[in-house]
Amino acid sequence: MTDTSKVIEGRTGPWEMVLGLEIHAQVASKAKLFSGAAVGFGGGPNEQVSLVDAAMPGMLPVINRFCVEQAVRTGLGLKAQINLRSTFDRKNYFYPDLPQGYQISQFKDPVVGEGEVIVEHDDGSTFTVRIERLHLEQDAGKSLHDQDPNATYVDLNRAGTALMEIVSKPDMRSAAEAAAYVKKVRTILVYLGTCDGDMEKGNLRADVNVSVCRPGDYEKFRETGSFSHLGTRCEIKNVNSYRYIQQAIEYEARRQIEILEDGGKIIQETRLFDPNKIETRSMRSKEEAHDYRYFPDPDLLPLILDPAWVKKIQDSLPELPDAKKARLQSQYGLSAYDAGVLITEQARADFFEEAAKGRDAKLTSNWVTNELAARLTAAGQDIGDSPLKPADIAELVTLIEEGVISSKIAKDVFDRMWAGEGGARAIVEKQGLQQVSDTGALEAMIDKLIAANPGQAAAVKDKPQAIGWFVGQLMKETGGKANPGTVNQLLKAKLGIG
Amino acid sequence: MSQLTSLTLKAALAGLADKSFSSEELTQAHVDAVAAAKPLNAFVLETPEKALDMARAADARRARGEAGALEGAPLGIKDLFCTEGVRSTACSNILGNFVPTYESTVTANLWRDGAVMLGKLNMDEFAMGSSNESSAFGPVVNPWRAEGQNAKLTPGGSSGGSATAVAADLCLGATATDTGGSIRQPAAFTGTVGIKPTYGRCSRWGVVAFASSLDQAGPIAKTVEDAAILLKSMSGHDAKDSTSLDIEVPDFPSFVGKSVKGLRIGIPKEYRVDGMPAEIDELWEKGIAWLKDAGCEIVEVSLPHTKYALPAYYIVAPAEASSNLARYDGMRYGLRVEGANLTETYVNTRAAGFGTEVKRRILIGTYVLSAGYYDAYYVKALKVRRRIADDFDQAFQKVDALLTPTAPSAAFGLGENADDPVAMYLNDIFTVTVNLAGLPGMSIPAGVDHKGLPLGLQLIGKALDEGTLFSLGGALEKAADFRAKPARWW
Repeated sequence: MTDTSKVIEGRTGPWEMVLGLEIHAQVASKAKLFSGAAVGFGGGPNEQVSLVDAAMPGMLPVINRFCVEQAVRTGLGLKAQINLRSTFDRKNYFYPDLPQGYQISQFKDPVVGEGEVIVEHDDGSTFTVRIERLHLEQDAGKSLHDQDPNATYVDLNRAGTALMEIVSKPDMRSAAEAAAYVKKVRTILVYLGTCDGDMEKGNLRADVNVSVCRPGDYEKFRETGSFSHLGTRCEIKNVNSYRYIQQAIEYEARRQIEILEDGGKIIQETRLFDPNKIETRSMRSKEEAHDYRYFPDPDLLPLILDPAWVKKIQDSLPELPDAKKARLQSQYGLSAYDAGVLITEQARADFFEEAAKGRDAKLTSNWVTNELAARLTAAGQDIGDSPLKPADIAELVTLIEEGVISSKIAKDVFDRMWAGEGGARAIVEKQGLQQVSDTGALEAMIDKLIAANPGQAAAVKDKPQAIGWFVGQLMKETGGKANPGTVNQLLKAKLGIG
Repeated sequence: MSQLTSLTLKAALAGLADKSFSSEELTQAHVDAVAAAKPLNAFVLETPEKALDMARAADARRARGEAGALEGAPLGIKDLFCTEGVRSTACSNILGNFVPTYESTVTANLWRDGAVMLGKLNMDEFAMGSSNESSAFGPVVNPWRAEGQNAKLTPGGSSGGSATAVAADLCLGATATDTGGSIRQPAAFTGTVGIKPTYGRCSRWGVVAFASSLDQAGPIAKTVEDAAILLKSMSGHDAKDSTSLDIEVPDFPSFVGKSVKGLRIGIPKEYRVDGMPAEIDELWEKGIAWLKDAGCEIVEVSLPHTKYALPAYYIVAPAEASSNLARYDGMRYGLRVEGANLTETYVNTRAAGFGTEVKRRILIGTYVLSAGYYDAYYVKALKVRRRIADDFDQAFQKVDALLTPTAPSAAFGLGENADDPVAMYLNDIFTVTVNLAGLPGMSIPAGVDHKGLPLGLQLIGKALDEGTLFSLGGALEKAADFRAKPARWW
């Protein structure tokens, strides 16, 4: 069965894309993977470089226990197999930002094996991406080619920083799915505290493998596990935003389809995404690919993990997004969509739970995910820095629940709260925004209105919807403060409908 | 002064302790000896001022009653060890005038115990060689000459400078390193004692890497006891080296002189190779007789995979070296020969910086790790390595130590094997197995050949059992009563 939304129409018929991702996530750690040098944004160029990072003669790597713990924690968060024995290999190549002349990585035996991630579509439905492996490796330094026309500058601050490479199986079928997958992995990592998820700083970036095939081929691949059913793939390196990931994929799939439809062949190669031109360009083909000469790093012993230590990490895991989502749904009666929006950030879910204590959860969720989220986004703030606290939203929701203000007035109150005019209740009192629920006053107004508009009053008897006109007039007269329920009730009685 | 330089380390420490002379006097005598020994080319850097400063400081500590185990003893340091503020080159042009800002753990341990540094010792470039001829500073000349001849002989390699300096009484002892025999073969060629301890006994931190899984530091000394004293100071766990063993260092000197009665000594039959000089076979028989006389039981054992050791070694060691030496790229330190672009700069730098033997090994190593050859060479070699270690494990079920010759010949002439790398590699035939298995091995001077050149016997021990080697080495030393010294011609 083929989901038609995944189909790309070509000149020669329909095509589908198949996507696999390698996410590189910088391990949240104060020190590098093998050198103990500090890691941090903002160090001056080459200020966070140890003798080991600079590959001075005779220097040796020593594994950072905390980085391993972070990788294991991440593996557990991805419901993955933790390999109690793993090894480090050297990936050999020359480049000035790689001082050792090799990157220490895990090629053959990674610390984390197969796992899975459940990913939400925009509509709240889910799909599963299988994880093939997660391994630890060193990052390289940075080559700066734009500082001098005749020279390249090298900053080794990043050299030796710990990365987790999370490799997925080719389980994504659209650019949107790929972006949603990265988003979900990012959320999980941030929940776990194993990566800060900052894509702008490059602390989380992805290599995207793209191939295209005819409808039905992918299903054959899933049945047999044989890649022969899939097209030749190209790898787009180092894409670091959701938008770029999607643009790169869309472009690349189209490019491959055009080549195939013209009778050409896809060459397996590494490509670069150019966000200015929104296109991918060849970096190197398979023939030009480096022979990395992987071999076990003789400076490092195999990494042996104590099962009790792994268990301790397992027991210390926080509530993860999927579990939190399920709980928000069952505990607060929220929809999958609302719960899904709340859990994208742990702080947002926490904010919600604090604000919703003892009051209408759905209403609270709406305020947190709509008005507040929109304001924070516009102001470029995280929910953790929100000037309005859970208690503020709670107070506002309480006023709505108690019928003191209508939802419409509440928006005005919220604006004033955001502007720093004080708490919801104080604003309502000061501005006199309480709903008019005083039946005596409303009755007088209604009588006057009916008397002044006999024709309208008569018409309502035949056409009950026309009652809306009277409601509108009353709202106008009260400045929106009339309690809509009370108004409706009184009008129906006076106009003799019901 | 020659009296002071002819002392053993043990005797010199005793003389310092009973104030017969000061470290300054002792050190000055050695500084003078070094200065007078230029024709040997043992030192690539002399640090006389530093040596005398350290000696005076040692005397002051001794006066305060704070003398360490090596207080005031002048030593030579192989140039593979990085020494803070003192040029360290691994005898390669590619390191140029590299001056480390750090001190290797092994040398730091020696200074901690009060030792004095005379300077840096010559060696094969990056410790790759068996004759010291690959050094960028030219070969070391063996102080020994064949009787009645003036031809220059090799002191062996790669620790040729260390062996020569000790044999010629230029220092009381020297640091050395051994990847495939680089301590034991030069010791055998110069009539000195050399021990390569168990892999992991000495920290590799700050020692320029050749082949990480095989490299191990150790001393070259005048006597077995001196070697024990030095090794005790050099050893110890180091958290900066992941392969360093976190175990206590035994009191090695206390094993020297212990009875070896009842120890079972294995004689590996595969070490009786074709074409080995009869004199070496005879010396081996003598060694067996000496140990028998000392109360040992002699047992023939088999190490069936021995013949594969040398080929396996010459895959594993170059493979690791090809990667370890990638950091010498002209970017951050050492030599840089500019080119029109990055690749050219790499090519120019490495072409000019590395010598022929180093290039040969980088090429071999790169080849055996390449896609398509990795399984056939590297993986196969690792399997052989495992078999060799298993052979030793089997043998050590039956015996406490093994006795073999150290090298298949006595010192040969400089230039003799220059055009035949394989003949050169055969020097390591009895020693590489020990590195592949990570075991301790010691060479003890046991006699001279018909030309009056020294020959050594090798003792191989169980992992971490250097103690037994020191006891057996002491027994062999006593029985052999090797007193020959090279006639001074330099």
